[in-house]
Amino acid sequence: MKRFRRHGTESQRDRLKQELFQFTKTVEHGFPHQPSALGYSSSLQLMAIGTRSGAIKLYGAPGVEFMGLHDENAAVTQVFFMPHQVELVTLLDDNSLHMWTLRSHKGLSELLEIGRFLLTGPPGAPPSVTRVTAVLTHSSGELLLLGTEGGHVFIVEVPGFRELEEMNISLDQITSCVPDDYIGRRNLEHVEALQENPVNSNQVAIGYGRGLMVIWDLDHRLAIRHIPATQQLESMWWKEDGSCILSSHSDGSYCCWTLRTGEEREEEEKTNVPYGHFPCKAISKIVQLPTAGGPPFLLFSGGMPRASYGDRHCITVIYSKTQVAFDFTSRIIDFFVTRDGPQHTGEPSALVVLVEEELVVIDLQTEGWPVIQTPYLVPLHSSAITCSHHVSAIPLKLWERIIAAGVVQNTQYSKKPWPITGGQNLAPDPPQRDLLLTGHEDGTVRFWDASGVCLYPLYKLSTAAVFNADADLNDNMSQGAEGEWPPFRKVGCFDPYSDDPRLGIQKIHLCKYSGYLTVAGTAGQILMLELNDEAAEQTVEAKIVDLLQGQEGFRWKGHTQLDVREEPVLFPPGFQPFTVVQCQPPAVVTALNLHSEWKLVAFGTSHGFSVYDYLQKNNVLVKCTLNPSDQLAMEGPLSRVKSIKKSLRQSFRRIRRSRVSLRKHHISNTNKVIQEANARLEAELAEMELAPVQRKIEARSSDDSFTGLVRTLYFADTFLSDSSHNTPSLWAGTNGGTVFAYILYIPPAEHRADEALTAQPAKEIQLMHRAPVVGIVVLDGHGAPLPEPLETAHDLARSPDLLGSHHVLVISEEQFKVFTLPKLSSKMKLKLTAVDGSRVRRAGLAWFGSNRTEDYGESGLVFLTNQGDVHVLSLPHIKMQIRYPCIRREDVSGIASCVFTKQGQGFYLMSPSEFERFSLSTRYLVEPRCLVEAPLPPVFSNQHQPKLEGASSALRYIAARRVMEHALLNDESKSLR
Amino acid sequence: MFLSAVPQPNGEPRSRMSRQSQQQHRTPTRHTDNTVEVKSKFEAEYRRFGLKRNGFGGFQEFYHLLQNIHHIHGVEVLLEYADIHGDLLPINNDENFHKAVSSANPVLRIIITKKEGDSIVYTTNSLQRRRKGLGLTGLRPAGSGSIHSKNKSGLMIGPPQDFRQISSIIDVDILPESYRRVRLHKYGSKKPLGFYIRDGVSVRVTPQGVEKVPGVFISRLVRGGLAESTGLLAVNDEILEVNGIDLAGKSLDQVTDMMVANSHNLIVTVKPANQRNNVPPRGSKNLMGHSGSVGSGGSVGSALSHDSPSPASQSNPITASSSIAEGDSYEEDDDGDVILENDCLSHNKYFPITNSSTLNRDSPHKGQHSAIPLSVSMPNSLGASLSHSSTMMSHHNGGSAHSVSSSQESMKEDGNVITL
Repeated sequence: MKRFRRHGTESQRDRLKQELFQFTKTVEHGFPHQPSALGYSSSLQLMAIGTRSGAIKLYGAPGVEFMGLHDENAAVTQVFFMPHQVELVTLLDDNSLHMWTLRSHKGLSELLEIGRFLLTGPPGAPPSVTRVTAVLTHSSGELLLLGTEGGHVFIVEVPGFRELEEMNISLDQITSCVPDDYIGRRNLEHVEALQENPVNSNQVAIGYGRGLMVIWDLDHRLAIRHIPATQQLESMWWKEDGSCILSSHSDGSYCCWTLRTGEEREEEEKTNVPYGHFPCKAISKIVQLPTAGGPPFLLFSGGMPRASYGDRHCITVIYSKTQVAFDFTSRIIDFFVTRDGPQHTGEPSALVVLVEEELVVIDLQTEGWPVIQTPYLVPLHSSAITCSHHVSAIPLKLWERIIAAGVVQNTQYSKKPWPITGGQNLAPDPPQRDLLLTGHEDGTVRFWDASGVCLYPLYKLSTAAVFNADADLNDNMSQGAEGEWPPFRKVGCFDPYSDDPRLGIQKIHLCKYSGYLTVAGTAGQILMLELNDEAAEQTVEAKIVDLLQGQEGFRWKGHTQLDVREEPVLFPPGFQPFTVVQCQPPAVVTALNLHSEWKLVAFGTSHGFSVYDYLQKNNVLVKCTLNPSDQLAMEGPLSRVKSIKKSLRQSFRRIRRSRVSLRKHHISNTNKVIQEANARLEAELAEMELAPVQRKIEARSSDDSFTGLVRTLYFADTFLSDSSHNTPSLWAGTNGGTVFAYILYIPPAEHRADEALTAQPAKEIQLMHRAPVVGIVVLDGHGAPLPEPLETAHDLARSPDLLGSHHVLVISEEQFKVFTLPKLSSKMKLKLTAVDGSRVRRAGLAWFGSNRTEDYGESGLVFLTNQGDVHVLSLPHIKMQIRYPCIRREDVSGIASCVFTKQGQGFYLMSPSEFERFSLSTRYLVEPRCLVEAPLPPVFSNQHQPKLEGASSALRYIAARRVMEHALLNDESKSLR
Repeated sequence: MFLSAVPQPNGEPRSRMSRQSQQQHRTPTRHTDNTVEVKSKFEAEYRRFGLKRNGFGGFQEFYHLLQNIHHIHGVEVLLEYADIHGDLLPINNDENFHKAVSSANPVLRIIITKKEGDSIVYTTNSLQRRRKGLGLTGLRPAGSGSIHSKNKSGLMIGPPQDFRQISSIIDVDILPESYRRVRLHKYGSKKPLGFYIRDGVSVRVTPQGVEKVPGVFISRLVRGGLAESTGLLAVNDEILEVNGIDLAGKSLDQVTDMMVANSHNLIVTVKPANQRNNVPPRGSKNLMGHSGSVGSGGSVGSALSHDSPSPASQSNPITASSSIAEGDSYEEDDDGDVILENDCLSHNKYFPITNSSTLNRDSPHKGQHSAIPLSVSMPNSLGASLSHSSTMMSHHNGGSAHSVSSSQESMKEDGNVITL
């Protein structure tokens, strides 16, 4: 009977778990890592980016994104949309072709791979015969022309990838009709480019590597023209009116070949070397677009003088007398130009350039060709991300002020709307405003709108101005000087070079109610900032805190502390620093917490921790946690030692990873598999014998290094001294498994500014297993985590239950343990490492709502392990609820970068430039939901297209407005409550 | 091979001196160096007295002395003392009595318990375990009653009482012959576990033939470490389980973390590289029974009562290991977290300073106070000693405090003044 009942409640709990938890990777924010190909469909208004890891991503209007991954682990080398269709073709590094389509399903589009194709040559032919070097998607939408390394052009019917052998254009056919005197007996080399005649789809131009271009008639299957260029060919462009062909060459020249009717031979007009005199680099791509009433736009990439500017990544735009060489900070992958008009055949409107680290869009219709700010694909890593911090449900007021501060910063951008507008964003309005703050190596903090699918930059805060750094401000001034040739203009924001690594931001804490922000950095600096809508000139007060507390006999060998400017500094509107605290020794800040209600900030390093009163501007508490024998922690950053160790470990892990994957094969248990596996294992074993991996098995001791490093700091109003009086308290957890608890005396509000604050040591816990303490949470009488500071004051949270007994949950890397308060007797625990060998890396509190009933929800503890799994624990009973594999365990930086939101979502860096967003909640999901409809055939679209266009943009506008209104309502309803 | 233990280091050479100099002090004399302060406890009562270091005889005299002091004539008692590592060790002969006297630092703490016939294996944190009331249900040796009856040299059958257990082979009856399950007791001492593990390839016989799978092996034993001193583990032994959890599919790093997390009470199931010393499953019954009683004689008698999974049952490792994890049968309670409080109000009354209230650190009594804060930031070993000493102090509170704290899981002390 009892057993039966228990079973019943368990299944009930299981059902509830299904209503509460669900793991999904929803969307990737940021810029794709290592892009390798760019495609654009003017009819769909969609852009496609292929990456070296085989991913393909489609982007349209903000919020319209699709993502696909090729099964092959090969780089995408080329992407083409089929003209006027929703299909696209990708060519991979392994010579395979793939067909993708956007299929509508329940009103939403999905990106699906619908076919793959590998070109097969005649038997016995060398692989170069079928190695595809150029692809042309024919405007009929039915043919694919594939030029190969062997110089042949294969014609394939799509969809279905049926080879039309009789239509193939072999090299022999071409050479047989080329005049002997032109080329001599030299090889034509591979097919470099294929172009279709814009006015006669039966004609295609085939450009060979050696320079020869042949115009081929597909219907009659014969060559019509030969264009005898002698320079190595880089690209071809058939002008829109079909009158001439532009060719660009490896010596930095381009030529225009006019096609005359009749029997006359084509004439080479004139070889142009735009940056001439001295040898130039190749012009890799050239585009010419007409304008309605004026000269055409000519755009080309490369062509810079080899000796002086050979290392620049440039695209030159020439229009009339204006010529600008846009100078990018990373390698150019590809570019295209969007055009106005219903058919997108009108005036060139914007130049879209994909470079290795960012996407830059240049407005070609506004004077001065300003850059258009991108709503997505923003390079998160313009300076390397060093930490991140997520704040949910930002009050409208603060939100608007941050946006206003950001607008002031972005005046240099074009006012034009985003030119790529394909698809419809059908995602529901975000229920609230979320901020993601990223700290960067160069000392900046970037504020991102993380409410929706597009991670949109709102505001950028720079902390470097507070310090005397030898940053050369004239870096930006030097360019644009009159008469410079080539006429360079720097564009793009990717700038990974940090002037001073000490400026790097390590910890961020924002109080969304008071607008106070604290950031802490590599050289032990802690800045307190306040949001100010006006620019202000002020001196920042500096205060030094000696965390060693007189410990003798040690020499700091790390970096020196930053030099704070003594003169007043003009700070732009936004977050303005008013106090700087500098730790001595200037070790990296490892823990930070802000209590804006008590006006206290707590911070810790490997030497100790301190509480600073930013109202009275003095220290309340300084505690040294350093073990006097801990030389490593004393001397400073050991980044070098660590990195060698780390890289070694990683290389070993790589070996192991392949072995683990072996294990799967063994399950299938066939003889052959075993034999194969054995052979491979033996090979790996041989490899391992070269580099034996050993691990020492030893209990942790207090003599280990960095036991005093402060891992977590926590403010709580709870029962620390006795069970009848709650007092403010500070909790600190160290790497050596020690928890310190202090009672804080905070004077009543009327004396807060003048009466002294005190901190008194109250409790100390030394966990026997000595694992690093990564989190501390106080649970109230109901077992719910205490609310954030000011949360109850703003009536946004139920005030904590102060009648029942409080508990403190100590999260170490190895186990979770609940102690009663104030007695600190152990109540329950959950072991993690002892049972499955994984360790807690990141932990956060989250609230999970049921997807079935609106009113049910519960708090949970979300954590990520070093194995890359995410778990949810129930509170207050610390029972394991769910577990999902999330990140590869080898992805150490991904695991380290993970942040959780209060709604059970999370972000981690899947590459230096991309956040993967995931959700553990059934109720809160931010994922792209969008629809792309097949474009109408061009014939009819003249009447329909403009309407549709207008309608969809109006829709978008409404959607955007709705977000704000909704958010406003949210705010009001909350404040009403 | 079944029980490997290290004998207690011998005390300094005994000086058989005349016994007439034995004295009883109610208060310690602090002027002579050769006087040992003794604090003895019987049930809730404490006695303090001094003892001449060189002028005291043997165990029997001391036994009588204590009976006198506590007025428990005719009651058969066990004497135990707390050594510097916080381990509770027996006094039952001249040898270990002298060791106890010589190790007094500066107070010799004696705990007298009424003999109930239970024999105890002295092992790590035995003090705590006893307080928790766990695992004292060892086998009752047949002759246990006779051991302590004065000077009768009856044959002792049962776990040796002069030894500390540092390792044992357990579960011999349920494991395949080729496997060995070894428990290592990490003492409060600084002696390291002292071994390394590595990746390797293990050969398994399957219906499909010989199969090679990745495995974890012992790669090195540190000289003088616990692992080496047991003689139960050797280089190239394959490790199959850690504390009852199957290692299949676990990476070397995971196994390392698991072992470190269990280091205070590590149970590894190995397949020894040298298979010649294996125990036949029904071999010499005496030895078997002996080893079994060692395992169960300890505080972890429950380990045997649960059916621990054998590696042979690895077809279902998850259920096997989870049953272990839930049942906690392999886990000694590790709630050895040390909690320090700063209860400024309550501590003084528990410390009636009967002696002069001198602040002189040389005073043994004061030294006891100062020793505690010092040990706070010390390694595990001394952490344990701290916990021990705080236990001792809690006994000042009398039986009530004792029962309160022992009813709780953790090492929690009320009313200790431990300030940093």
